[in-house]
Amino acid sequence: MSISKSDVERVARLARIGIEPHEAERYSIDLSNILTLVEQMNKIDTEGIQPMAHPQDITLRLRDDEVKEVNKRDKFQAIAPAVNQGLYLVPKVID
Amino acid sequence: MPHRQSLSALNRMLATGGISSTEITTHFLDRIEKNQQLNAFVSVDREQTLARAQQADHSRRNERNLNLKGLPVALKDIFCTQDLLTSCGSRILSNFVSPYDATVVERLDKDGFFVLGKTNMDEFAMGSSNESSYFGPVLNPWNTARVPGGSSGGSAAAVSARLAPAAIGTDTGGSIRQPAAFCGLTGLKPSYGRISRYGMVAYASSLDQAGPITQSAEDAALLLQTMAGFDSRDSTSLDTAVPDYLSALNTGLENVRLGIPKEFLDPSIDPEVLSTIETALQEFEKLGAKLVDIELPNSGAGIAAYYVIAPAEASSNLSKFDGVRYGHRASEFSDLLDMYEKSRAEGFGDEVKRRILIGSYALSAGYYDAYYLKAQKVRRIIANDFSQAFKQCDLIAGPTTPSTAFPLGKNLDDPVSMYLNDVFTVPVNLAGLPAISLPAGFDQSGLPIGLQLIGPYLKEANILSAAHAYQKVTDWHQRIPGDYE
Repeated sequence: MSISKSDVERVARLARIGIEPHEAERYSIDLSNILTLVEQMNKIDTEGIQPMAHPQDITLRLRDDEVKEVNKRDKFQAIAPAVNQGLYLVPKVID
Repeated sequence: MPHRQSLSALNRMLATGGISSTEITTHFLDRIEKNQQLNAFVSVDREQTLARAQQADHSRRNERNLNLKGLPVALKDIFCTQDLLTSCGSRILSNFVSPYDATVVERLDKDGFFVLGKTNMDEFAMGSSNESSYFGPVLNPWNTARVPGGSSGGSAAAVSARLAPAAIGTDTGGSIRQPAAFCGLTGLKPSYGRISRYGMVAYASSLDQAGPITQSAEDAALLLQTMAGFDSRDSTSLDTAVPDYLSALNTGLENVRLGIPKEFLDPSIDPEVLSTIETALQEFEKLGAKLVDIELPNSGAGIAAYYVIAPAEASSNLSKFDGVRYGHRASEFSDLLDMYEKSRAEGFGDEVKRRILIGSYALSAGYYDAYYLKAQKVRRIIANDFSQAFKQCDLIAGPTTPSTAFPLGKNLDDPVSMYLNDVFTVPVNLAGLPAISLPAGFDQSGLPIGLQLIGPYLKEANILSAAHAYQKVTDWHQRIPGDYE
């Protein structure tokens, strides 16, 4: 199956990656080639096979609901691009 | 000269007082400085590292703490460290200082291993040649016109050129074993869940696993012993006892059934690789192993399933890099959406974008069943093939890669041919099994060839002892590239 330029633009929007028109062209070729490779798996009959999400077929363990982490806000915010009074700054979202 | 010694040998020399941590560390730091052309390291802090070595010497002398190793190891730049940048080969993390250490780093530290420097890698561990790094390609010490393999290319080049006695890498589809094969080293990918992934920047969470890249199976056992074990901070970490890998090393190969999948000795692979692997297998036979013909009939579809599953998981894992809480933020933007799109467009390289896009596509409405679910079913079939095979044999052997190290730039414009490099390594990750690559010879142009041994789940000890038995009667693993002797 081939991926068109508009497919690339749609997926890039979903993935929040800005792409230029000439890039969309190139990605549509690259991604189509990758899909051709991927479609080799269609040769395998998977009728009645349970999907395998993970190498360990076990239920994830639960932990007790107790507070173990200490507040590290200052440490985390020290590496942020923009903060003010303990808040992360982003462009205005609501008018 | 410390760089001509294995990690285990240096450990023994330290224990007998024949050398100090400071002498060893100074020597390797000097070698790193002299060999920057390889581009193996992205950050090194000489003073800080020397201080760690002096501390180790001090506690060995004054506190008689002889268990403390006091040895420097190189660390792939995918592991979070508070003291050095953690850039993951990406512009988007090129200014990132982690507020915490990865569990691997804490465990190494506890045993007295400290970080010699952070090594170059393919961006977010996506690549098989170390050419996708924001910090430029790494060169192969055996031939600097060739790639070192990837994604742990800096780790492998560093050990190969003896700029570090050993290194830590990660392996999602072959990223420890393939560079180990290309650089003439021993590279172990442990079972999924054996080593904690906490603090290891995630690429494909159901496949990622850390492991050592070393000069020998003995060195790999030493580092695995330190790194393996339960960690409550990784929800997939296994809560099972860690065996004594070092004392299991001398189990030998007597009556070990070595399964040879006919699919791995495919005539389409490089004939020199094929003949080298056949010679190595005869050596294993001489050591008492029994060769058994087996089949892994669906392993060829591994690449196809992998290039759905890994990008799908990556597209989700990498969505957190948005320029809000840490990492690169674009300098100009019109609104929030524009800020995300510009920061990510500037921050990610081409291969990472390709994989995020293909992953988002495979997960998007209308394609989920045909791609993602189908790939997970193929994954199950491949894992089942391994379970069937292990009824007939104890370990599986074959080549690690279909060719030796390829020229820089060769596969850059053709992602699909790059992906095909991982044909023998990817099925192992899909099944979550442990596997090792070890040096088995050289091609006529002097490039190393790697043999892969795959074991059943959690049987790292069996893989290591088989590799050790082979390394006791061969010296491929001791060869050093001419310019770095």
